[in-house]
Amino acid sequence: MISISLTVNGKAVSAEVHEHTLLVELLREQLELTGTHVGCDTSQCGCCVVHVNGRSVKSCTFLAASAHGAQITTIEGLASDNKLHPMQEAFHLHHGLQCGFCTPGVVMSAVDLVNRNQNPSEAEIREWLEGNICRCTGYHNIVKAVKAAAATTRGK
Amino acid sequence: MTLLPAMKLRLNAPDDLIDLNFIDELRGIEPFEDHLEIGAMTLHDVVAESKVVHEKIPALSVLASGIGDAQVRNRGTIGGSISNNDPAADYPAAVLGLNATITTTKRDISGDDFFTGMFDTLLEPGELLKSVQFPIPERAGYVKFPNPASRYAIAGVMVSQTGNQVRVAVTGAGPVAFRVTEMEQALADDFSPRAIEPIHLSSENLNEDMHATAEYRAHLVNVMARRATAAALSSEQD
Repeated sequence: MISISLTVNGKAVSAEVHEHTLLVELLREQLELTGTHVGCDTSQCGCCVVHVNGRSVKSCTFLAASAHGAQITTIEGLASDNKLHPMQEAFHLHHGLQCGFCTPGVVMSAVDLVNRNQNPSEAEIREWLEGNICRCTGYHNIVKAVKAAAATTRGK
Repeated sequence: MTLLPAMKLRLNAPDDLIDLNFIDELRGIEPFEDHLEIGAMTLHDVVAESKVVHEKIPALSVLASGIGDAQVRNRGTIGGSISNNDPAADYPAAVLGLNATITTTKRDISGDDFFTGMFDTLLEPGELLKSVQFPIPERAGYVKFPNPASRYAIAGVMVSQTGNQVRVAVTGAGPVAFRVTEMEQALADDFSPRAIEPIHLSSENLNEDMHATAEYRAHLVNVMARRATAAALSSEQD
């Protein structure tokens, strides 16, 4: 077992993990943050996306031990003071989800995009979200939601 | 595929892993007069977003920005890609196509010698890839036909020209990245897509799997090589 300490959604966390424990397993099973999902075996679907030190990464393909000392943000860490994050608000208003299984990962990916680019085009949004697979929505409303959230972030 | 996905599928089961992420000296992009030096732990996203790479070797920017997806690029590194030598990884085409040099903890290795077979390189046990030197070409282009889910190259081609030296390097189509000397000679005489249109690879020794037949890969190599040549030509006009 390896002892690690890290920050998750602003809170200091200490954990004992196996060498082979994946970050998604630490988050879901030990920390009971089950908003992050596991959707595939192959690192393709993006249901597991979280932020590590500000970058969106696939937590299913990240060893928990490698997260020692890191700052992690999960979907649970986006809202603050009982208010939804602008990205969450936009997905709600623009119906950017149906079953919701891929949604936390899509939202976390999209937040990283808008952090880097406050005015992404539709093409840029679709390209950025290539690592997130959605079976329900056809992506149409997802793109609308991300565009709207970016506009809110720009102050429009 | 890369290390952790391979481990999750039990295709690779190392006894020990050493995380190099905390070694800052292995990171960074340094420009020299005639080449760029990229540290082994430099993220694909950092290469893709680098102004100096975009200015000096735009084909390398294009290559890095097409690896996997955004989240993969936030984690994958050039050293990891090259050491792993997945037959469909993009960077081996850049190493061959740009005549790069690999610097390890023990020696410098020419890119032409480095890749010895599927998932196999000249790296010896205990030898660590430290950095890659990419000579700055006069012009270069990289185009790949990606798998729509994984975005791995079904066929990806890097074409570059410096002086009278032309390189055409293919990834994804065979068990290991390779150069196409017939296309290199044709382009050295006439650097245009037209010059290589009639050059078709044999499908023998090319990969055949659920994503594409060997014949289709052979066809794609011709198409991607022509597009990469066109990309190299138009990159000069920027």
